[in-house]
Amino acid sequence: MTDAAVKQVTFHVRRFEPGVDRAPHWESHAIPLTPGMTVLDGLWKLKELSAPSLAWRSSCRMGICGSCGMLINGRPRLACNTQISELGTDVVAVAPLPNFAIIKDLVPDLRPMFETHRELMPYLIRDDVAEQDDPTLEYWQSPHELEHYLQFSYCIKCGCCMAACPTVATDPQYAGPMPLGQAQRYNTDSRDGGFAERKEVLSGGSGPWRCHFAGECSQVCPKGVDPAKAIQLMKRELVSDLLRMRKRRDPAPVVQPPKGPRREEIPAAPPRTAGEA
Amino acid sequence: MASRAHPNRLGIKGWVAGGRWGFARYMYTLHRLTGLGLLAYFVMHIFVTSTRAIGPESWEQAMEIVSGPLFAFGEYLVFAAFVFHALNGIRLGAIELGFAVGVPIEPVYPYETSVGRTQRLAKAVLMIAFVVAVWGGLDFFIWK
Repeated sequence: MTDAAVKQVTFHVRRFEPGVDRAPHWESHAIPLTPGMTVLDGLWKLKELSAPSLAWRSSCRMGICGSCGMLINGRPRLACNTQISELGTDVVAVAPLPNFAIIKDLVPDLRPMFETHRELMPYLIRDDVAEQDDPTLEYWQSPHELEHYLQFSYCIKCGCCMAACPTVATDPQYAGPMPLGQAQRYNTDSRDGGFAERKEVLSGGSGPWRCHFAGECSQVCPKGVDPAKAIQLMKRELVSDLLRMRKRRDPAPVVQPPKGPRREEIPAAPPRTAGEA
Repeated sequence: MASRAHPNRLGIKGWVAGGRWGFARYMYTLHRLTGLGLLAYFVMHIFVTSTRAIGPESWEQAMEIVSGPLFAFGEYLVFAAFVFHALNGIRLGAIELGFAVGVPIEPVYPYETSVGRTQRLAKAVLMIAFVVAVWGGLDFFIWK
């Protein structure tokens, strides 16, 4: 195959060099398109051929680490999860995720999102600190209870939802879909007892009541987490709690080992990973 | 050290950029625009009716200004905005109390979202709003 026969794709890339550029600007480069090339592959090729100083974040290349969220042809996506062929055009416009400050080129400053995430206490809150520090047994949870939060636990914190949300775009105080979705993930975990504590942080203008269901977070989520659903269900919980209609429950206890004689045909369990043997 | 990062928050531009433009996004934007329109109308309404406090002449003068066909059409638009805003507000109230969004599911590609589930409700709101605004509104405001 001659060079002339190789299909080209044009990358418009948003560039910004801190301390040098006063504002971001677009730069265009053509690169050869290869079968199966993702936008992330394209960026690597671009860096190799014509823009060696181009900066972005990426790691796993398989939609798990959540590093390479970018605005690709106007939509927040993961660069590694987006085939150039699926865009249906020979022109790929890549910009950093909006609603986050730009550190350099395609690198957004995600710190405000993670700070809010931390404020909403995304971990199990329980009284038995000793058991958590030095577990003796596992906490009991049924498959049905797992389903209450499993969908929300697939979040990879890429920030695409925050970039798509029109409320985040206008209101810097709003916590945003990712932190709120994760607060709901822990609120609905049967092992958690932190609803009352998170409720204090969630009240007010920065919490879920600023969400007016544009649904963009769920539309752009590359993992199908559906943060919009999490936020609406969280509001339901908060209203139920206000009306004293919320079911009160204690955090799940540790599993008690089964009592009675063991049936002989059942194979032995693998070695224990917690507690004394 | 001061941050050298460049601000990139979309602001009001974010109402029309940066997402995938699902059906709910149109409803969201229209809800905000109609809300702002109604607010502008209320401010104008209070200003116009307050002229009565100055005297009957001022009132008559103000009523003369707002009685033309342009203002009749404007009133019709306010009515249409009110119908949409009220019906969509009821829809949002239901959704924000967790109705129609479904329960958490295992995310399997292609993903189904709560936005897709609530579209039927959104379309019903639009359809009722359209019918009420066109037939009731035209009859009252334009052909009166």
